[in-house]
Amino acid sequence: MVLRYLTLLLVCQLAGEAIRIGTGLPIPGPVIGMVLLFVGLLVRRGVPEGLQTTSGGILQHLSLLFVPAGVGVMVHLPLLADEWAPIVASLILSTVLTIAVTALVMKGMGRLTQRGEDRP
Amino acid sequence: MKPELTEIWVYLSASPLSALTITLVAYLSGDWLYRKAGKNPLLNPVLIAVLMLVGFLLLTDTAYWTYFEGAQFVHFLLGPATVALAVPLYNHFTHVKRSAIAVFTSIVAGSATAAISAVGIAWALGASKETLFSLAPKSVTTPIAMGIAEQMGGLPSLTAVLVILTGIIGAVLGTWTLNLLRIKDWAARGLAVGTASHGIGTARAFEVNDVAGAFSGLAMGLNGLATAILLPLLYRLIF
Repeated sequence: MVLRYLTLLLVCQLAGEAIRIGTGLPIPGPVIGMVLLFVGLLVRRGVPEGLQTTSGGILQHLSLLFVPAGVGVMVHLPLLADEWAPIVASLILSTVLTIAVTALVMKGMGRLTQRGEDRP
Repeated sequence: MKPELTEIWVYLSASPLSALTITLVAYLSGDWLYRKAGKNPLLNPVLIAVLMLVGFLLLTDTAYWTYFEGAQFVHFLLGPATVALAVPLYNHFTHVKRSAIAVFTSIVAGSATAAISAVGIAWALGASKETLFSLAPKSVTTPIAMGIAEQMGGLPSLTAVLVILTGIIGAVLGTWTLNLLRIKDWAARGLAVGTASHGIGTARAFEVNDVAGAFSGLAMGLNGLATAILLPLLYRLIF
Protein backbone atom coordinates (compact mmCIF):
# COMPACT_ATOMS: atom_id res chain seq x y z
CA MET A 1 0.00 0.00 0.00
CA VAL A 2 1.52 3.29 -1.10
CA LEU A 3 1.09 6.09 1.41
CA ARG A 4 0.84 8.71 -1.29
CA TYR A 5 -2.21 7.07 -2.86
CA LEU A 6 -3.84 6.38 0.49
CA THR A 7 -3.54 10.13 1.08
CA LEU A 8 -5.06 10.75 -2.35
CA LEU A 9 -8.10 8.62 -1.41
CA LEU A 10 -8.52 10.56 1.84
CA VAL A 11 -8.12 13.89 0.04
CA CYS A 12 -10.84 12.88 -2.46
CA GLN A 13 -13.13 11.84 0.40
CA LEU A 14 -12.47 15.06 2.28
CA ALA A 15 -13.12 17.12 -0.85
CA GLY A 16 -16.33 15.10 -1.37
CA GLU A 17 -17.50 15.84 2.17
CA ALA A 18 -16.63 19.53 1.74
CA ILE A 19 -18.60 19.69 -1.52
CA ARG A 20 -21.56 17.92 0.11
CA ILE A 21 -21.68 20.34 3.02
CA GLY A 22 -20.91 23.38 0.88
CA THR A 23 -23.53 22.71 -1.79
CA GLY A 24 -26.12 20.85 0.30
CA LEU A 25 -26.20 18.06 -2.30
CA PRO A 26 -27.96 15.03 -0.79
CA ILE A 27 -25.22 12.67 -2.03
CA PRO A 28 -22.86 10.91 0.42
CA GLY A 29 -19.43 12.60 0.59
CA PRO A 30 -17.42 9.45 -0.26
CA VAL A 31 -19.54 8.97 -3.42
CA ILE A 32 -18.68 12.52 -4.53
CA GLY A 33 -15.05 11.63 -3.75
CA MET A 34 -15.39 8.55 -5.97
CA VAL A 35 -16.69 10.71 -8.83
CA LEU A 36 -13.80 13.15 -8.38
CA LEU A 37 -11.27 10.32 -8.58
CA PHE A 38 -13.07 8.72 -11.55
CA VAL A 39 -13.03 12.04 -13.46
CA GLY A 40 -9.35 12.43 -12.58
CA LEU A 41 -8.62 8.99 -14.06
CA LEU A 42 -10.59 9.84 -17.22
CA VAL A 43 -8.59 13.05 -17.64
CA ARG A 44 -5.31 11.27 -16.94
CA ARG A 45 -6.32 8.35 -19.21
CA GLY A 46 -4.98 5.66 -16.96
CA VAL A 47 -4.52 4.38 -13.42
CA PRO A 48 -1.06 4.88 -11.82
CA GLU A 49 0.36 1.53 -10.72
CA GLY A 50 0.59 2.58 -7.08
CA LEU A 51 -3.09 3.56 -7.03
CA GLN A 52 -4.00 0.23 -8.63
CA THR A 53 -2.28 -1.70 -5.81
CA THR A 54 -3.51 0.62 -3.05
CA SER A 55 -7.16 0.48 -4.09
CA GLY A 56 -6.84 -3.24 -4.80
CA GLY A 57 -5.50 -3.73 -1.27
CA ILE A 58 -8.42 -1.90 0.35
CA LEU A 59 -11.11 -3.40 -1.89
CA GLN A 60 -9.79 -6.95 -1.52
CA HIS A 61 -11.19 -7.00 2.00
CA LEU A 62 -14.09 -4.66 1.38
CA SER A 63 -16.57 -7.06 2.97
CA LEU A 64 -14.69 -6.98 6.28
CA LEU A 65 -15.42 -3.26 6.49
CA PHE A 66 -19.21 -3.81 6.59
CA VAL A 67 -19.01 -6.09 9.63
CA PRO A 68 -19.04 -3.48 12.43
CA ALA A 69 -22.04 -1.72 10.86
CA GLY A 70 -23.77 -5.03 10.14
CA VAL A 71 -23.51 -6.06 13.80
CA GLY A 72 -25.59 -2.95 14.54
CA VAL A 73 -28.58 -4.93 13.34
CA MET A 74 -28.76 -6.31 16.90
CA VAL A 75 -30.15 -2.94 17.94
CA HIS A 76 -33.03 -3.43 15.47
CA LEU A 77 -33.93 -7.04 16.28
CA PRO A 78 -37.43 -6.08 17.54
CA LEU A 79 -38.11 -4.22 14.26
CA LEU A 80 -36.93 -7.22 12.25
CA ALA A 81 -39.15 -9.56 14.29
CA ASP A 82 -42.16 -7.31 13.59
CA GLU A 83 -41.55 -6.70 9.89
CA TRP A 84 -39.76 -9.76 8.60
CA ALA A 85 -42.57 -10.68 6.19
CA PRO A 86 -42.64 -7.43 4.13
CA ILE A 87 -38.83 -7.31 4.24
CA VAL A 88 -38.33 -10.86 2.94
CA ALA A 89 -41.01 -10.48 0.24
CA SER A 90 -39.58 -7.14 -0.88
CA LEU A 91 -36.00 -8.42 -1.01
CA ILE A 92 -36.76 -11.55 -3.06
CA LEU A 93 -39.33 -10.10 -5.49
CA SER A 94 -37.52 -6.83 -6.06
CA THR A 95 -34.17 -8.53 -6.68
CA VAL A 96 -35.60 -10.96 -9.25
CA LEU A 97 -37.52 -8.10 -10.90
CA THR A 98 -34.38 -5.93 -11.08
CA ILE A 99 -32.38 -8.73 -12.72
CA ALA A 100 -35.17 -9.29 -15.25
CA VAL A 101 -35.67 -5.61 -16.14
CA THR A 102 -31.94 -4.85 -16.49
CA ALA A 103 -31.28 -7.90 -18.67
CA LEU A 104 -34.34 -7.34 -20.87
CA VAL A 105 -33.56 -3.63 -21.42
CA MET A 106 -29.96 -4.52 -22.32
CA LYS A 107 -31.17 -7.22 -24.70
CA GLY A 108 -33.65 -4.80 -26.29
CA MET A 109 -31.05 -2.04 -26.64
CA GLY A 110 -28.59 -4.50 -28.14
CA ARG A 111 -31.13 -5.41 -30.80
CA LEU A 112 -31.83 -1.76 -31.45
CA THR A 113 -28.19 -0.80 -31.95
CA GLN A 114 -27.25 -3.88 -33.96
CA ARG A 115 -30.18 -3.77 -36.35
CA GLY A 116 -29.12 -4.74 -39.83
CA GLU A 117 -25.99 -6.47 -38.64
CA ASP A 118 -25.93 -10.19 -38.98
CA ARG A 119 -25.71 -11.08 -35.32
CA PRO A 120 -27.82 -13.60 -33.47
CA MET B 1 -2.82 -11.92 44.24
CA LYS B 2 -4.46 -12.97 41.03
CA PRO B 3 -7.15 -10.63 39.69
CA GLU B 4 -10.62 -12.11 39.34
CA LEU B 5 -11.59 -13.34 35.90
CA THR B 6 -14.48 -10.88 35.75
CA GLU B 7 -12.10 -8.00 36.44
CA ILE B 8 -9.97 -9.00 33.47
CA TRP B 9 -13.11 -9.25 31.37
CA VAL B 10 -14.38 -5.84 32.45
CA TYR B 11 -11.04 -4.32 31.53
CA LEU B 12 -10.75 -6.11 28.19
CA SER B 13 -14.33 -5.52 27.06
CA ALA B 14 -13.79 -1.77 27.35
CA SER B 15 -10.66 -1.70 25.20
CA PRO B 16 -10.80 -1.18 21.43
CA LEU B 17 -8.31 -4.04 21.06
CA SER B 18 -10.85 -6.73 21.90
CA ALA B 19 -13.56 -5.32 19.62
CA LEU B 20 -11.07 -5.17 16.75
CA THR B 21 -9.76 -8.66 17.45
CA ILE B 22 -13.16 -10.36 17.64
CA THR B 23 -14.23 -8.57 14.45
CA LEU B 24 -11.22 -9.91 12.54
CA VAL B 25 -11.48 -13.40 14.06
CA ALA B 26 -15.21 -13.59 13.23
CA TYR B 27 -14.63 -12.41 9.67
CA LEU B 28 -11.73 -14.80 9.06
CA SER B 29 -13.82 -17.72 10.41
CA GLY B 30 -16.68 -16.70 8.12
CA ASP B 31 -14.33 -16.46 5.17
CA TRP B 32 -12.82 -19.88 6.01
CA LEU B 33 -16.27 -21.50 6.12
CA TYR B 34 -17.25 -19.82 2.84
CA ARG B 35 -14.15 -21.15 1.06
CA LYS B 36 -14.50 -24.55 2.68
CA ALA B 37 -18.05 -24.77 1.27
CA GLY B 38 -16.82 -24.08 -2.28
CA LYS B 39 -17.83 -20.37 -2.15
CA ASN B 40 -21.49 -21.18 -1.73
CA PRO B 41 -23.26 -17.77 -1.73
CA LEU B 42 -25.55 -18.89 1.08
CA LEU B 43 -22.51 -19.02 3.40
CA ASN B 44 -21.64 -15.36 2.93
CA PRO B 45 -18.64 -14.50 5.16
CA VAL B 46 -20.07 -11.15 6.29
CA LEU B 47 -23.36 -12.75 7.26
CA ILE B 48 -21.58 -15.47 9.25
CA ALA B 49 -19.34 -12.90 10.96
CA VAL B 50 -22.32 -10.68 11.85
CA LEU B 51 -24.29 -13.62 13.26
CA MET B 52 -21.30 -14.78 15.34
CA LEU B 53 -20.64 -11.29 16.70
CA VAL B 54 -24.29 -10.57 17.50
CA GLY B 55 -24.49 -13.91 19.31
CA PHE B 56 -21.30 -13.17 21.23
CA LEU B 57 -22.36 -9.66 22.25
CA LEU B 58 -25.80 -10.85 23.36
CA LEU B 59 -24.28 -13.75 25.34
CA THR B 60 -21.75 -11.51 27.10
CA ASP B 61 -24.37 -8.80 27.60
CA THR B 62 -22.20 -6.23 25.82
CA ALA B 63 -23.90 -3.14 24.41
CA TYR B 64 -23.50 -2.57 20.67
CA TRP B 65 -22.02 0.90 21.23
CA THR B 66 -19.33 -0.48 23.52
CA TYR B 67 -18.34 -2.85 20.73
CA PHE B 68 -18.56 -0.17 18.06
CA GLU B 69 -16.22 2.16 19.94
CA GLY B 70 -13.45 -0.29 19.13
CA ALA B 71 -14.72 -1.57 15.81
CA GLN B 72 -15.10 1.95 14.40
CA PHE B 73 -11.49 1.81 13.25
CA VAL B 74 -12.50 -0.83 10.73
CA HIS B 75 -15.73 1.02 9.95
CA PHE B 76 -13.83 4.22 9.19
CA LEU B 77 -12.12 2.60 6.19
CA LEU B 78 -15.48 2.39 4.39
CA GLY B 79 -15.03 6.02 3.30
CA PRO B 80 -11.68 5.63 1.50
CA ALA B 81 -12.86 2.23 0.18
CA THR B 82 -15.86 3.91 -1.46
CA VAL B 83 -13.52 6.42 -3.12
CA ALA B 84 -11.28 3.54 -4.23
CA LEU B 85 -14.24 1.99 -6.12
CA ALA B 86 -13.44 4.60 -8.81
CA VAL B 87 -10.47 2.47 -9.88
CA PRO B 88 -12.31 -0.77 -10.83
CA LEU B 89 -15.10 1.42 -12.23
CA TYR B 90 -12.57 3.08 -14.52
CA ASN B 91 -10.97 -0.25 -15.47
CA HIS B 92 -14.34 -1.77 -16.42
CA PHE B 93 -15.54 1.42 -18.05
CA THR B 94 -12.71 1.41 -20.59
CA HIS B 95 -13.68 -2.15 -21.56
CA VAL B 96 -17.31 -1.44 -22.36
CA LYS B 97 -17.10 1.99 -24.00
CA ARG B 98 -18.55 0.68 -27.28
CA SER B 99 -21.92 -0.25 -25.79
CA ALA B 100 -22.00 2.74 -23.42
CA ILE B 101 -25.54 3.95 -24.24
CA ALA B 102 -27.14 0.53 -23.94
CA VAL B 103 -25.22 -0.12 -20.72
CA PHE B 104 -26.23 3.22 -19.20
CA THR B 105 -29.90 2.86 -20.08
CA SER B 106 -30.23 -0.65 -18.71
CA ILE B 107 -28.43 0.19 -15.48
CA VAL B 108 -30.62 3.25 -14.83
CA ALA B 109 -33.73 1.16 -15.63
CA GLY B 110 -32.52 -1.53 -13.22
CA SER B 111 -31.59 1.02 -10.59
CA ALA B 112 -35.06 2.58 -10.67
CA THR B 113 -36.74 -0.85 -10.67
CA ALA B 114 -34.71 -1.94 -7.63
CA ALA B 115 -35.56 1.08 -5.50
CA ILE B 116 -39.20 1.52 -6.54
CA SER B 117 -40.16 -2.16 -6.38
CA ALA B 118 -38.40 -2.71 -3.03
CA VAL B 119 -40.13 0.25 -1.41
CA GLY B 120 -43.46 -0.42 -3.17
CA ILE B 121 -43.70 -4.08 -2.16
CA ALA B 122 -42.69 -3.43 1.46
CA TRP B 123 -45.07 -0.47 1.67
CA ALA B 124 -47.97 -2.51 0.31
CA LEU B 125 -47.27 -5.15 2.95
CA GLY B 126 -47.30 -2.56 5.73
CA ALA B 127 -43.62 -1.94 6.53
CA SER B 128 -42.71 1.09 8.65
CA LYS B 129 -41.15 4.25 7.23
CA GLU B 130 -37.72 3.44 8.69
CA THR B 131 -37.77 0.04 7.03
CA LEU B 132 -38.80 1.55 3.68
CA PHE B 133 -35.89 4.01 3.74
CA SER B 134 -33.50 1.27 4.77
CA LEU B 135 -34.75 -0.95 1.92
CA ALA B 136 -34.59 1.67 -0.84
CA PRO B 137 -30.83 1.41 -1.56
CA LYS B 138 -30.74 -2.39 -1.05
CA SER B 139 -29.25 -3.20 -4.49
CA VAL B 140 -26.35 -0.77 -4.08
CA THR B 141 -22.91 -1.79 -2.83
CA THR B 142 -22.87 -1.58 0.99
CA PRO B 143 -20.68 1.50 1.63
CA ILE B 144 -22.72 3.63 -0.76
CA ALA B 145 -26.04 2.16 0.39
CA MET B 146 -25.31 2.99 4.02
CA GLY B 147 -24.50 6.58 3.13
CA ILE B 148 -27.77 6.88 1.19
CA ALA B 149 -29.85 5.33 3.99
CA GLU B 150 -28.30 7.64 6.55
CA GLN B 151 -29.08 10.68 4.45
CA MET B 152 -32.74 9.73 3.99
CA GLY B 153 -33.44 8.80 7.59
CA GLY B 154 -33.17 5.04 7.27
CA LEU B 155 -31.11 2.82 9.57
CA PRO B 156 -27.62 2.33 8.07
CA SER B 157 -26.94 -0.86 10.04
CA LEU B 158 -30.24 -2.40 8.91
CA THR B 159 -29.39 -1.35 5.36
CA ALA B 160 -26.00 -3.09 5.63
CA VAL B 161 -27.72 -6.38 6.47
CA LEU B 162 -30.47 -5.95 3.84
CA VAL B 163 -27.85 -5.20 1.17
CA ILE B 164 -25.96 -8.38 2.01
CA LEU B 165 -29.16 -10.44 1.93
CA THR B 166 -30.01 -8.90 -1.45
CA GLY B 167 -26.59 -9.89 -2.73
CA ILE B 168 -27.10 -13.47 -1.60
CA ILE B 169 -30.59 -13.64 -3.17
CA GLY B 170 -29.23 -12.26 -6.46
CA ALA B 171 -26.33 -14.69 -6.51
CA VAL B 172 -28.63 -17.64 -5.78
CA LEU B 173 -31.60 -16.73 -8.01
CA GLY B 174 -29.79 -14.80 -10.77
CA THR B 175 -28.84 -17.74 -12.99
CA TRP B 176 -32.32 -19.22 -12.69
CA THR B 177 -34.07 -15.92 -13.56
CA LEU B 178 -31.80 -15.25 -16.56
CA ASN B 179 -32.21 -18.79 -17.91
CA LEU B 180 -35.97 -18.52 -17.57
CA LEU B 181 -35.89 -15.31 -19.64
CA ARG B 182 -33.53 -16.95 -22.17
CA ILE B 183 -30.89 -14.22 -21.85
CA LYS B 184 -27.76 -15.73 -23.41
CA ASP B 185 -25.57 -12.65 -23.88
CA TRP B 186 -22.88 -12.63 -21.13
CA ALA B 187 -22.81 -8.82 -21.10
CA ALA B 188 -26.55 -8.58 -20.39
CA ARG B 189 -26.36 -11.35 -17.78
CA GLY B 190 -23.48 -9.65 -15.98
CA LEU B 191 -25.12 -6.22 -16.05
CA ALA B 192 -28.34 -7.61 -14.59
CA VAL B 193 -26.66 -9.43 -11.73
CA GLY B 194 -24.33 -6.52 -10.92
CA THR B 195 -27.17 -3.98 -10.91
CA ALA B 196 -29.41 -6.10 -8.70
CA SER B 197 -26.89 -7.62 -6.33
CA HIS B 198 -23.69 -5.51 -6.29
CA GLY B 199 -20.41 -7.09 -5.14
CA ILE B 200 -21.79 -10.46 -4.10
CA GLY B 201 -23.45 -10.87 -7.49
CA THR B 202 -20.26 -9.66 -9.21
CA ALA B 203 -18.16 -12.25 -7.39
CA ARG B 204 -20.60 -14.90 -8.59
CA ALA B 205 -20.55 -13.50 -12.16
CA PHE B 206 -16.72 -13.65 -12.29
CA GLU B 207 -16.90 -17.33 -11.28
CA VAL B 208 -19.10 -18.08 -14.28
CA ASN B 209 -17.64 -15.90 -17.04
CA ASP B 210 -15.05 -13.10 -17.34
CA VAL B 211 -17.15 -10.89 -19.62
CA ALA B 212 -20.14 -11.26 -17.28
CA GLY B 213 -17.85 -10.36 -14.36
CA ALA B 214 -16.52 -7.19 -15.99
CA PHE B 215 -20.01 -5.98 -16.91
CA SER B 216 -21.25 -6.87 -13.45
CA GLY B 217 -18.47 -4.84 -11.81
CA LEU B 218 -19.26 -1.88 -14.00
CA ALA B 219 -22.98 -2.20 -13.22
CA MET B 220 -22.23 -2.29 -9.50
CA GLY B 221 -20.27 0.98 -9.68
CA LEU B 222 -22.65 2.82 -11.98
CA ASN B 223 -25.73 1.65 -10.10
CA GLY B 224 -24.18 2.91 -6.88
CA LEU B 225 -23.57 6.25 -8.49
CA ALA B 226 -27.02 6.46 -10.15
CA THR B 227 -28.84 5.51 -6.96
CA ALA B 228 -26.76 7.88 -4.82
CA ILE B 229 -27.71 10.75 -7.12
CA LEU B 230 -31.32 9.87 -7.98
CA LEU B 231 -32.72 8.44 -4.75
CA PRO B 232 -32.06 11.39 -2.40
CA LEU B 233 -33.32 13.82 -5.07
CA LEU B 234 -36.47 11.74 -5.53
CA TYR B 235 -36.88 11.67 -1.77
CA ARG B 236 -36.63 15.46 -1.58
CA LEU B 237 -39.30 15.81 -4.27
CA ILE B 238 -41.75 13.47 -2.52
CA PHE B 239 -41.28 14.45 1.13
